[in-house]
Amino acid sequence: MNEERNEGGVLNDLDFQQKLHRRAFLRYTGIAVAASTVITLDACKKDDDGVNFGSDDIAILNYAYALEQLEAAFYTQVISTPYSGISDAEKSLLTDVRDHEIAHREFFKAALGSNAIQALEVDFSSIDFTSRASVLGTAKTFEDLGVAAYNGAGQYIASANYLLLAGKIVSVEARHAAYIRDLLSNGSFADSSVVDSNGLEKSMKPRDVISAASPFIKTKLNAGSLPA
Amino acid sequence: MKVSEIISAIGEQDPEIYERLSSRRRAMSGFVGFGKKLALTSVPFFLGSVLQKAYGQSTGTLVVDTLNFALTLEYLEYRFYNTALGSSGLIPSGPANAAITTIRDHELAHVNFLKTAITAAGGTPVSEPTFDLTGGNGSGNGPFKDAFSNYQVFLAVAQTLEDTGVRAYKGQAGNLISNDTVLTAALNIHSVEARHASHIRQMRKANGFDANIKPWITGKDTEGVAGVDASYAGEENTTQADVSIINIGGQTISASAASEAFDEPLTKEQILLIVDPFLA
Repeated sequence: MNEERNEGGVLNDLDFQQKLHRRAFLRYTGIAVAASTVITLDACKKDDDGVNFGSDDIAILNYAYALEQLEAAFYTQVISTPYSGISDAEKSLLTDVRDHEIAHREFFKAALGSNAIQALEVDFSSIDFTSRASVLGTAKTFEDLGVAAYNGAGQYIASANYLLLAGKIVSVEARHAAYIRDLLSNGSFADSSVVDSNGLEKSMKPRDVISAASPFIKTKLNAGSLPA
Repeated sequence: MKVSEIISAIGEQDPEIYERLSSRRRAMSGFVGFGKKLALTSVPFFLGSVLQKAYGQSTGTLVVDTLNFALTLEYLEYRFYNTALGSSGLIPSGPANAAITTIRDHELAHVNFLKTAITAAGGTPVSEPTFDLTGGNGSGNGPFKDAFSNYQVFLAVAQTLEDTGVRAYKGQAGNLISNDTVLTAALNIHSVEARHASHIRQMRKANGFDANIKPWITGKDTEGVAGVDASYAGEENTTQADVSIINIGGQTISASAASEAFDEPLTKEQILLIVDPFLA
């Protein structure tokens, strides 16, 4: 996963905006040059705060794009270095899952256009790709997290069209999650760790999802513009 | 159930239904003028548009109406699984029975949750309709009459109900966008139905009832279940928001994978048409 900057993307816009902001701020305060250096460091730390998701619906779409990047990178690795003892059926269906996640990733990239965040660098150092338990255990974490993330983000989407698109994807993630769970333990497709006593999936707020995903993402993310 | 009966049933919950209909001149003239010309199969579509016009922009009513629609589907699912679990010798004991029990319990939990949510939203939950689980419109002799004596037929109907349920919830999300709490709850039910669908499909494969079935929907494939084309129509879509998913971004994405990667919605009218044979 190479870190590449999306031309005209949010990052570049943000850099530009922050430079503008900094100048305006300095003009407004009219502080001496010596003092302004200190204030600049203090007031404009955002440069180092990581990838910014943007605002409103763009932020939610970028949030989904980040998660899909993570999943696609993971399954790409799973298929290129299959775990020992992988069955033909498992390899076939996990290849499907990889293709679905790549399709989701590329869809968000295309839909976001110049508003898309950069390609993220992942950190899979905690995963043993030769081990079925490690791979499927991680897959379960990612799929459950993806479902909880989409469900929890729906309420922050203003556009009915985007809401429907998220809905089209989340049920496929749920199908994946159930499949992976059944591979690990048949019958655990919708157990009480993911479904509450009302029969409802336990959804998660964006910042909690980012916290859970961050150990697997090397690129620094700034969840500040996402709903708490 | 005839159109007049449906309107009458709604009238029990919403006494103003007739006023809503008559105060919308266009909706009413459409109803009277073209009603006789409609083919039977197009009635649910037509009814939906009449109701939509009648209810107009009343958001609170729309939320309650949508939840009652969902409740009706949950009643059907619950009744189907509960009847199956009560049919001796149908479902093998062990993992199969445990899985169907889990699913049945979720559907019952959904029924109870939705009733509470409807009441909380100021509405009145609809009562459970009398179902004909054979899909025979009350004849008791419909195409799925073997569902409670033949495990293969049972799983085939279960697959269709779950896949259809996922599409139904997905199609209603937009109608709940004004109410964050209700929307989130509906989304949290929607994904649970998708988990059920995935598992039922795996059960069909594990039993050798369909060697090639996957946990996800490929194209508009009914996976050998007869008479359920409407439940899968449109799932073959490979274009999302005007973006073609096949080979998107220079990646190798087949038409099958492109269709599998996105589940498609159905409208309330389409769902009513599918559910109609199950109403006695």
